[in-house]
Amino acid sequence: MERTDYLEIDGSSPIYYALLAVLGLFVMIGLGAAYYMEHHGHHVTGMTNQIVWGTPHIFAVFLIVAASGALNVASIASVFGRAPYKPLSRLSGLLALALLMGGLAILVLDLGRPDRLIVAMTTYNFKSIFAWNIFLYTGFMVIVMVYLWMMMERRMNPYSKPVGLFAFVWRLVLTTGTGSIFGFLVARQAYDAAIMAPMFIVMSFSYGLAIFILVLMVSYWGTGRPLGDALLRRLKNLLGVFVAGVLYFVLAYHLTNLYMTEHHGVERFILTDGGPLTVAFWLGQIIMGSLLPLAVFYHPATGSSRTWIAVGAVLVILGGFAQMYVTIIGGQAYPLVIFPGKEVLSSGFYDGVVAQYAPSLWEMLLGFGGTALAFIIVALAVKLLRFLPASLSDDVVMPEAGLASASDEGAVRATG
Amino acid sequence: MTKACESATRPRPTENHRPDRRRFLGGAACAGALTLVPGVAFISLAGARSSEQPVSDEHRWGMLIDANKCAEGCDACVRGCVEEHGLWGHDRPETDAQWIRKVTVRDKQTGHVTSLPLMCQHCQYPPCVDVCPTGASFRRADGIVLVDKHTCIGCRYCMMACPYKARSFIHEALDQQKPYAPRGKGTVESCTLCVHRVDAGGERIPACAEACNAEGHRAMLFGDLNDPESELSQSLTQYASEELRADLGLRLGIRYRGL
Repeated sequence: MERTDYLEIDGSSPIYYALLAVLGLFVMIGLGAAYYMEHHGHHVTGMTNQIVWGTPHIFAVFLIVAASGALNVASIASVFGRAPYKPLSRLSGLLALALLMGGLAILVLDLGRPDRLIVAMTTYNFKSIFAWNIFLYTGFMVIVMVYLWMMMERRMNPYSKPVGLFAFVWRLVLTTGTGSIFGFLVARQAYDAAIMAPMFIVMSFSYGLAIFILVLMVSYWGTGRPLGDALLRRLKNLLGVFVAGVLYFVLAYHLTNLYMTEHHGVERFILTDGGPLTVAFWLGQIIMGSLLPLAVFYHPATGSSRTWIAVGAVLVILGGFAQMYVTIIGGQAYPLVIFPGKEVLSSGFYDGVVAQYAPSLWEMLLGFGGTALAFIIVALAVKLLRFLPASLSDDVVMPEAGLASASDEGAVRATG
Repeated sequence: MTKACESATRPRPTENHRPDRRRFLGGAACAGALTLVPGVAFISLAGARSSEQPVSDEHRWGMLIDANKCAEGCDACVRGCVEEHGLWGHDRPETDAQWIRKVTVRDKQTGHVTSLPLMCQHCQYPPCVDVCPTGASFRRADGIVLVDKHTCIGCRYCMMACPYKARSFIHEALDQQKPYAPRGKGTVESCTLCVHRVDAGGERIPACAEACNAEGHRAMLFGDLNDPESELSQSLTQYASEELRADLGLRLGIRYRGL
């Protein structure tokens, strides 16, 4: 394969500055919302003593999970030696870093005492998966930065494979840690399941790649650089496999619960009686986030259209948010089983009843702010450093596949 | 005055080198001893621990709640707790703190109705302590599970982990706090088993149990689970009792009878 030329983006167009301005505005509004929540206390949010984690956590966990998944493209190139993915590796590492920073910013700003971050960084309880995660997240940032250095500094290139392997293993451990935040919770019916860890890993593959595809398409559309159809089709097919993988884990999780009488209550709640949560599960997570993207990616009429590939990736992301909503809010809304075999007639603290949750504007704004932070980091970085290849046309990236594209991939419509 | 103190304060004509200092030191020692002796005696009388003395596992504080004696509709224990710790709310029941609540349950098969107070169960293996990233949630050697308000960052993971929904997050600024029950916006808190009373020693029992006794129900028996002679241990040995969610294996400090 030819050597790839990477170039900073020009970044002088009005659209680029408008993008920076909009993202910057969202970041500022998000900071303002965080300040408002901290100043007045969390009672101005939709979160309560029943639903203790709300919209900020939906955004934060989604972004953190997606961050580890965004690194996959680089791993496929360095660890599994797939040459066509190599030119995408730098963007993959950058996106992983940016998404993690955005997610962590939300998580930290939602703390009851964000001013005590230094306490969290200096005082540890090593039995806590949260404490491990502090190391896993900061370690991930350092490792990905070193990985980017190995990739971007020519004399360090030979080391990119071992460092890439290390980063790959680290990200698997990291997502295991994120899934185990829920998997280790013995108290709640919807959690307390070892499957949470591998399920979160496959979710990360899916969410991370969906965001990666969209960022790639927007960057190359915005800069007018060529992006090959065969490459995009390859990424799309991979995303389809990941979406199917998530669906498999979701199926295994619910079937296991449905087999056990003990868990029938929580299953009935999520699958039929949960109101907005049930709608989010079936319409959001299953139909919009799984079945529709699979249909879009693999149907001959849509699977070769850039527009539809982008639509499919957006659906995966929306479905991912629905899945986070069902997992995080649904898991808390279903009441704790403190008295097995008994029903609660009355309680001074909402025992035995489904907890209600309506997100406040402030929480949403904090979530949007963190997301905007992730993308502003990407937008600035690609202007400052050489992350994006000058060309990702098929004859540059995958010359051997380029021949094939003349026949079976010729149908790919570049109309976008 | 003791003989040693007399000799220390009396001038000795044969010793002329620095008699003042020696006299002063002797006098100071006696004065100090005289000041300390009643204090030490008082502490030992009261059975209290000094603040420098670490908590030991000699005691394991716990409680037996007899649901048969707990009156449906009575919330004296809750009011006693609110009064003791200054848990004044903002009339927002979803976000106001709750350290103890009354719950009435009915057996799905038999229809038997039970009323009981529910609070932190002071587990021997508390999930809240396991998950706390900073170690702010901790279990004292004497079994009382507490939150260190100085290191709690307000992540609420302990609230996710507690099987009894025993913890509250402080959602807004507070006033009229009690000096022995400091609370802070943005941190998590729960029943302390009236640790300030326990540490003061003496006969004072937690406010909830005291309020229950004052109503004449005597449904909450506080005591030392490690002391086989305590009324609590004797009662637990003699009659059956159970833990909430015993299947979780958390070895609770609070036990129930008549569920």
